[in-house]
Amino acid sequence: MEDRFNAYLLRSEDPGLDSGPLAGRTVAIKDNISTAGLETTCGSRILKGYIPPYDAHVVTLLREAGAAINGKTNLDEFGMGTTTENSGYGPTLNPVDSSRVPGGSSGGSAAAVAAGLADLALGTDTGGSIRCPASFCGIVGLKPTYGRVSRYGLIAYANSLETIGPMARTVADVSALYRVISRPDPRDTTMQGRPYEHDPVASVRGLRIGIPAEFFGAGVDPRVSAKVQEAIETLAGCGAVIVPVSMPSMKYALAAYYITCTSEASSNLARYDGVRFGPGGESQRSWHDAFTAVRGEHFGEEVRRRILLGTFALSAGYYGRYYGKAQTARANVAGDFERLFGSVDLLAGPTMPTVAFRLGELADPLSMYLADVLTVPANLAGIPAISVPCGEVAGLPVGLQLMGRRFDDETVIDAAAAFEAEVTA
Amino acid sequence: MSDGQVIIGLEIHCQLDTKTKLFCGCSTDYRDDGPNTHVCPVCLGLPGTMPAVNRRAVEFALKVAKAFHCEIPEECEFSRKNYFYPDLPKGYQITQYDRPLALGGHIVIESEEGGEKKVRLTRIHMEEDPGRLVHCGGGSRARYSLVDYNRSGVPLIEIVTEPDLRSPKEARRLLAKLRATLEYLGVYDYGKEGSLRVDANISIAGHDRVEIKNISSYKGVEKALTFEITRQRSLIRRGASVDRETRHFVEARGTTTASRSKVEEHDYRYFPEPDLPPLRVASWVDDISLPELPDARRERFMSQYGLSVNHARTLTGDLALAEFFEVVAGDDPLLVATWVADILLGELNYRDRSIATVDVARFRSLIALRKAGTITDHSGVEVLRAVLDTPEEPASIVERLGLAVTGEDIVASAIAEVLSEQPQAVADYRAGKGNALNYLAGQVMKKTRGRADPRDVGRRLTEALAE
Amino acid sequence: MVDESDVRRIAELADVGIPAEILPTFTAQFNRILEYFDILDTLGDERTGERSLHTVLREDEVCQSLPNEAVVANAAESEDGFVKAPRVM
Repeated sequence: MEDRFNAYLLRSEDPGLDSGPLAGRTVAIKDNISTAGLETTCGSRILKGYIPPYDAHVVTLLREAGAAINGKTNLDEFGMGTTTENSGYGPTLNPVDSSRVPGGSSGGSAAAVAAGLADLALGTDTGGSIRCPASFCGIVGLKPTYGRVSRYGLIAYANSLETIGPMARTVADVSALYRVISRPDPRDTTMQGRPYEHDPVASVRGLRIGIPAEFFGAGVDPRVSAKVQEAIETLAGCGAVIVPVSMPSMKYALAAYYITCTSEASSNLARYDGVRFGPGGESQRSWHDAFTAVRGEHFGEEVRRRILLGTFALSAGYYGRYYGKAQTARANVAGDFERLFGSVDLLAGPTMPTVAFRLGELADPLSMYLADVLTVPANLAGIPAISVPCGEVAGLPVGLQLMGRRFDDETVIDAAAAFEAEVTA
Repeated sequence: MSDGQVIIGLEIHCQLDTKTKLFCGCSTDYRDDGPNTHVCPVCLGLPGTMPAVNRRAVEFALKVAKAFHCEIPEECEFSRKNYFYPDLPKGYQITQYDRPLALGGHIVIESEEGGEKKVRLTRIHMEEDPGRLVHCGGGSRARYSLVDYNRSGVPLIEIVTEPDLRSPKEARRLLAKLRATLEYLGVYDYGKEGSLRVDANISIAGHDRVEIKNISSYKGVEKALTFEITRQRSLIRRGASVDRETRHFVEARGTTTASRSKVEEHDYRYFPEPDLPPLRVASWVDDISLPELPDARRERFMSQYGLSVNHARTLTGDLALAEFFEVVAGDDPLLVATWVADILLGELNYRDRSIATVDVARFRSLIALRKAGTITDHSGVEVLRAVLDTPEEPASIVERLGLAVTGEDIVASAIAEVLSEQPQAVADYRAGKGNALNYLAGQVMKKTRGRADPRDVGRRLTEALAE
Repeated sequence: MVDESDVRRIAELADVGIPAEILPTFTAQFNRILEYFDILDTLGDERTGERSLHTVLREDEVCQSLPNEAVVANAAESEDGFVKAPRVM
């Protein structure tokens, strides 16, 4: 099938195995996940031609499960974006409406699944990069609990926030892919030895679901709010107990997120110097000049902006005001979640404040950052969160976001399955 | 602090002798292999890789901290030190910053006055070694660099002392004590090239401080500091000021030179390594048992073998030497102590060899021959040299060179001959000139070609002259 | 607030080139973002939660290293098994 949406950066023909839990199923892999022998660019010109000598742990697991890996999907360069327009290889289009963005940064994976080019896809979620495109393209996407899927082989953008996760058209497929990729790996020592081995049970009966007022505040499109409120009523109809709650730390979450991710990124991206991989520089210049030339030429503007923001946030005299404060805010977000999960089993709200943007609509960096406000809290706290389609506004998909306790991805998936069963019945 | 007092503090980097690197499973045994043959995606810093901490490296570092009486906090943490350099594959070094493995502690050394002196430690932390650069085109005209990442990721501990040292000699003693302790702990091998690197801070009281970077042996540290004291004192004498700067030690010339670039004001942007959450180590500390360390062994050598403090200190100053001594000591530890500390060590130094190269069995045979009186101290040295330089057995060396202490008749006839040949000396002796006896004994030794025991010759010559 | 010279200095620290023609826009955008971050100035230092992760350690067991050809394969330039890098003087 033709890739009319620029979902893939590279397509491959791996038949997979005859047996195994994913035998006969095609899987698309976001191009920030390393694949031995297959060019892995992270959507960046600075990795043009880079062929990893090793497979990411999740790729090894996919191969063992019999999956047919059918290509590497487009993304915002290094995962830095909310639209998949910031790729060094052109934007991906939304299969629902090709004048719209698919969301980001896992836009290529979402588009591949939504367009039927792949059964399943791997995305990565640093501040909403799985849930946002799932919401915009009308598919299901899970950000697992931090420490439940090995990140070994995931090209780091912001290590303390990000995780690999499954994307598919149904909750059952998301669960099946999650089962395969959530296996122990001694190379990722942040893994906590809690593999996901669950079969979804479509039920919310008796679950207490908190609805944080802050998820329906200023900046959220009232039509999206209304659609999500309908979805919450549907859950209530299925036997869930709905509880209004409040999350005061939300007002600091986005700033805490952007300071943390840019700080980590500024350091993670220091290795792209043209020496060991990627397009080379001129070895006869002195090293600062050679590195600056290579990095200035091959990093896109958004990447350079985030490197500079992070460098600034960590620099002498500013560390306490930016990085230090961001860690305090982050701890408070985690504290708020812990408190709320003392009295509710799940939290629900919209995934994104709006439906998919028009291409080029978010030209200003800050306005793009603000679109992540509802997804970043889960990353700051490391909790599981899923986006499941809950209807349309003006013909464009809306996503319902369900968040759960750390390591309780099972309840999140069960509730999503219950909702999905109710609306497709 | 008196005016003009020398003030020295050291930052010492030692490679820990683990099988694998700090954050990956690559072998650290790379010295005999070609460039970039002991590297993997992790230590090359390839995109997508993550560090995984080597348990043994942490255990080794904790042993060191415990041996030097440091405070070991409940948790420690790795941080990233961000800077660019072509030997640094990730653009940052994983090290420890505000939450190091160990704080405080001290190392006891012999002071200038011969007593004991506690040198306080500031901290001990773990970090990874960078790769190694080879400059092409030579010196400052290098047109490009070549990088070998084999060393990248080898575990280091950095031990930082307070500015408690007062002379280059004390600095050398501290390093010797440190090296011995680390070897006793089984965590370090000084014999491996590049396994020790020292930065020294040195100032003359009342003047600015100079940092000397990257000295790679403890003899080098003493030389660099001695040179630097002379340089700084002469600046001060001329009324010039000592610049606060970083200098490099030029091993070949024994001098220091100012770094080409002025001290860059580095902004390393340290922050916690996000792939390595805090490390809980305190609970291990009680389970770590330390072996006998140099000070305890020195005390034991004195009490168990009756050695002098000097012999005991020398013999315990190096693990291999102490073990060698104990293997050979047998039933005459004093004789062995003399032979090892006063004779063997000198011969080894002269040959630039280590104790490990000495054949224990043949050295024991040599000691047995000496103890039995078959050879003299004098001819024993000759036998020792042959033992060190050839594979020959001591008994055969003695026979081949005719070094066995000779029978009485030969000594007696030599004495008789000398007395009749040297009437003047005999007369001088009888006139009370003590030197004459030495002269006559020398003549006897000459006639016996050194085979006689000098003490024996002296005694019998005196008897003959008294007749 | 930062000015263009601050941005240039940060860019130097990060070894990233920012071309002169985009510097004014870049600086303005940078300041809008920093203004947004100012919300953290209203936050106290007290923390209500903590992340409770701890590192899992690895045993000291040797794993296979890469063959030299695989090491130099992705490098722009190499020589005699070494990776070629810029000069340091």
